[in-house]
Amino acid sequence: MRITLNGEPREVADGHSVAALLADLGIPAERVAVELNLKVVDRQTFPGTPLSDGDRVEVIGFIGGGEDTRHER
Amino acid sequence: MNDDRLTIAGIEFHSRLWVGTGKYKDFVETQKAIEASGADVVTVAVRRVNITDRKTENLLDYISPKKYKILPNTAGCYTVEDALRYARLARAAGVSDMVKLEVIGDERTLFPDTAGLIEAAKILVKEGFIVFPYTNDDPIVAKRLVDAGCPAVMPLAAPIGSGLGIRNPYNLKILMESVNVPVIVDAGVGTASDAALAMEYGADAVLMNTAIAGAKEPILMAEAMKYAVWAGRMAFKAGRIPRKLYATASSPIEGML
Repeated sequence: MRITLNGEPREVADGHSVAALLADLGIPAERVAVELNLKVVDRQTFPGTPLSDGDRVEVIGFIGGGEDTRHER
Repeated sequence: MNDDRLTIAGIEFHSRLWVGTGKYKDFVETQKAIEASGADVVTVAVRRVNITDRKTENLLDYISPKKYKILPNTAGCYTVEDALRYARLARAAGVSDMVKLEVIGDERTLFPDTAGLIEAAKILVKEGFIVFPYTNDDPIVAKRLVDAGCPAVMPLAAPIGSGLGIRNPYNLKILMESVNVPVIVDAGVGTASDAALAMEYGADAVLMNTAIAGAKEPILMAEAMKYAVWAGRMAFKAGRIPRKLYATASSPIEGML
């Protein structure tokens, strides 16, 4: 199935969970937040949250920023 | 001065200089500058994780949440909806319930959209966030933010990154007298004397990024800012002498030949 991950299309196995996706990406779950179709996913529920075809997933973390950091569009 | 602690929403802050983590050459420089500044609060931005290059290092490997209080910001958000979204994601990342709330009104000035700011603050306070609003030097807006439940306000000294120093000291003073919460002067500081002045006026803390990160020697400037904030705070507590137009001799007349 195909999802949109951080704005880019990506193929993932059917029934893949949020936790499995992060593991694929090599991203430690404790440093990030995940948004699934505009809703924040609680970290405790990463393993039990399945992804579906067409889902829009955002994986965010912290970067250097101060008074203001402009969007890089 | 060591027992001169700042407490906001039950959180004890050990430094009155708060610093941003943007615009440094690399994470090592970021770490060294923050160390030199003595700050225990650092602001960070919320952005997409780089998923194509996983070798990219993580800021929090250098700025440990165990050592520093992490204050995520909603920088770059121009609408209430965006600011709420970024704040919620920041909290979900699990380092803090604090958020430096920015709702930016204009790209050229980066001045806050104060109407949007008050609206977003109300919602986030209800959701249990500890909201630090980046606001204008407007005393009435500051009062509205306090009414909304913000435990502190962060008025600007001048436009973000401008280095212009305190453009409207009288408004800032009125603002400080208008609210009964800590005031953290945020944005516009250019050099150490600006930070000292903000503290002399009675600010509870100063937040800066560009003044340090953009200096020729950021680590040296970070240290300068540490002492400036200390000096300004001590001078404020000591109480300055009144300004007078004419001289008053400080050496006694008695005993002169």
